[in-house]
Amino acid sequence: MFKLKKKEEMVENVNVNADGTAVLSDTTYNEEENVVVRLISHRKNKKPYQITGIEDVSAKNNWKAWLYLGPVIVLIAVFLIYPLINTIFIAFTENYQYASGQFDGFTLNNFGVILNLTPTALGVHEEYFTRYAIPNTFLIVFVTVPISTLLALIISVALNSIKWFQKILQTVFFLPYVTNAIAVGMVFSVIFDDHGIINYIFNTDITWIYGAQPMTAMIPLCLYIIWSSIPFKILVFLSGLQGIDKQYYQAAQIDSCSRGKVLWKITVPLLSPQILYILVTSFIGAFKEYTSVVGLFDGPGTMGENGDPNMETIVFYIYDKLANQTSLAAAAAVFLFVIILLFTLLQFAVSKSRVHY
Amino acid sequence: MEKNNSSNKKINKPVNSSPYPIFAPDVDSIVISIEEAGRTVDSIKRQEKVTHIISTILTYIFIVALALVVIFPFYWMIITSLKQNSEITNVNQTFFPTIVMWSNYVYVFQVFDFVTFMGNTIVVAIFSTIGTLLTTIFAAFAFARLKFKGRESLFLVFLMTMMIPGEMMVISNYVTVASFGWIGEGQTLIEAYAAMIVPFWISVFYIYLLRQNFKQIPNELYLAAKVDGKSDWSFLWRVMVPLAMPTLISITILKFMGTWNSYVWPNLVTQEESFRLISNGLRSSSFVDVDSGQTEYGYQTAATMLVTVPLFLLFVFFRKYIMRGVGRAGIKG
Repeated sequence: MFKLKKKEEMVENVNVNADGTAVLSDTTYNEEENVVVRLISHRKNKKPYQITGIEDVSAKNNWKAWLYLGPVIVLIAVFLIYPLINTIFIAFTENYQYASGQFDGFTLNNFGVILNLTPTALGVHEEYFTRYAIPNTFLIVFVTVPISTLLALIISVALNSIKWFQKILQTVFFLPYVTNAIAVGMVFSVIFDDHGIINYIFNTDITWIYGAQPMTAMIPLCLYIIWSSIPFKILVFLSGLQGIDKQYYQAAQIDSCSRGKVLWKITVPLLSPQILYILVTSFIGAFKEYTSVVGLFDGPGTMGENGDPNMETIVFYIYDKLANQTSLAAAAAVFLFVIILLFTLLQFAVSKSRVHY
Repeated sequence: MEKNNSSNKKINKPVNSSPYPIFAPDVDSIVISIEEAGRTVDSIKRQEKVTHIISTILTYIFIVALALVVIFPFYWMIITSLKQNSEITNVNQTFFPTIVMWSNYVYVFQVFDFVTFMGNTIVVAIFSTIGTLLTTIFAAFAFARLKFKGRESLFLVFLMTMMIPGEMMVISNYVTVASFGWIGEGQTLIEAYAAMIVPFWISVFYIYLLRQNFKQIPNELYLAAKVDGKSDWSFLWRVMVPLAMPTLISITILKFMGTWNSYVWPNLVTQEESFRLISNGLRSSSFVDVDSGQTEYGYQTAATMLVTVPLFLLFVFFRKYIMRGVGRAGIKG
């Protein structure tokens, strides 16, 4: 009671201005207790207290914010923004030397060279990019992305519907994520060896890896890519599935919907944001496939280090040309960037009508 | 059955005693359809239960079969690493080694300089992780707590850089690092480390992740710290960093895994074999037998085991952080 009274008295001494700010009077006299209550304010009366959020408290620290951001901004400028501009610049230069930074003028020829429309300055036709890199990359993209996404979706739905061993099975399906891409690629090349377990089980005599036909070698490569890309998708889908309201399924049960109908009419539409995210990221990832080829074939193709680069991907081509033909590598990188950009934009355009947020 | 049917009919027959008509003209036909099927509620329930059990069993068969396919490469890695080469290349494949060859591992330690590569990888992982954590914490703090002109637009620029494929950067970063004098003839170990570490001190995605986490910390804590006369600096380290620890652990582990798996960049920027990281060492080491000229798959797989096991141990101990981090991040490294 006493406390409350005191509080009330103190409130009386706060004068509220017309603009809503409060000004505390400096001293008050408490008659009951015969003491002077001194309210000390460091601020001058001209600057009334403003009771607002944190934003204004920190507003003075403008220069401090830039101090905190300093290291990141420097690093982003040096290793992200500048390289982007510089790569586009290099793509339009003739014969760029990375060590000295010299080049022989500007040209559009690099794009013509990699697309095998024009010969290089030395009169050589550069045919690997169009013959191997582009078809291989597109094949990988359009085979692995739909298969792995569909498979991951089915596995996630199945995982979500079971009760026992759910966590253990979930962990098992996550294992391929926690591996070294090169190491497992080497294991796959043992599995698909001429005398390997696959030929043994299926009683076939197919050369899959070393000395194989490019189309045959695509099968273990795509299987490996699907195997290694599934865990992340399952993880994302599962977290999406666990967020779906159970009521939808109860309603479907009352209407006695078939399981297939529930999957396509309820689960997939409600999971569409996750599906879009997975499709966008895995299309980008599949366009940049590289380490799987190195792991599986130990080189650009089935014929070993110095053979025809018949398993080469676009990124493989970029790294191949990086040191000696930097201009061509940059042109190929810009090419890849434009393709990825177009694909991502296309997906977002298509998704506008299909994705339900 | 018959009895059941008739009783069912009685129960379901609507009795319209009220003066108002029931707006359900099809009720009669529904009753008839149940009768026609010759099924009672009990039998439908029983059938549903059977279907449920069958579908559960099928689901388990499907899942377990796929799980076996998924772990098969790991199983094959383990047993191949313990087999003799003659057994590996034999026409008749065995699912368990007839003679367990631990000597494969002994040999691998002689051919594959595991300790050097492992040491390089750990040094690079530690320093790139520390750098990334520091820049990420500072930037996330500024974006989440401090107000300054152009905060939102700068953050948008940051987010936009995430869409650029890394390959675009590699070419110019190679040129940049070369101009720092970190690559080229006479490269020292320190220069090689710097070339492998410094370009990876930023991750826009982790900044985004941590900023979201920092934003969840209530304003009241910040104001309370201000009242206690704490500076922004000590608030960051005393309150925000401890509260965001799970996210920071996730970032640390994913960064470690990223370094463990990085192949392209170390391969490009290092001059000498002994400066490289574990993935490079694995692919460039020769497991060809000197006498026969054949690839010794046993040695090769033993080496892949050595590279895989540490990652697995990391996974066993930090499963929660890894899966949560990946679930939100979804990018290696």
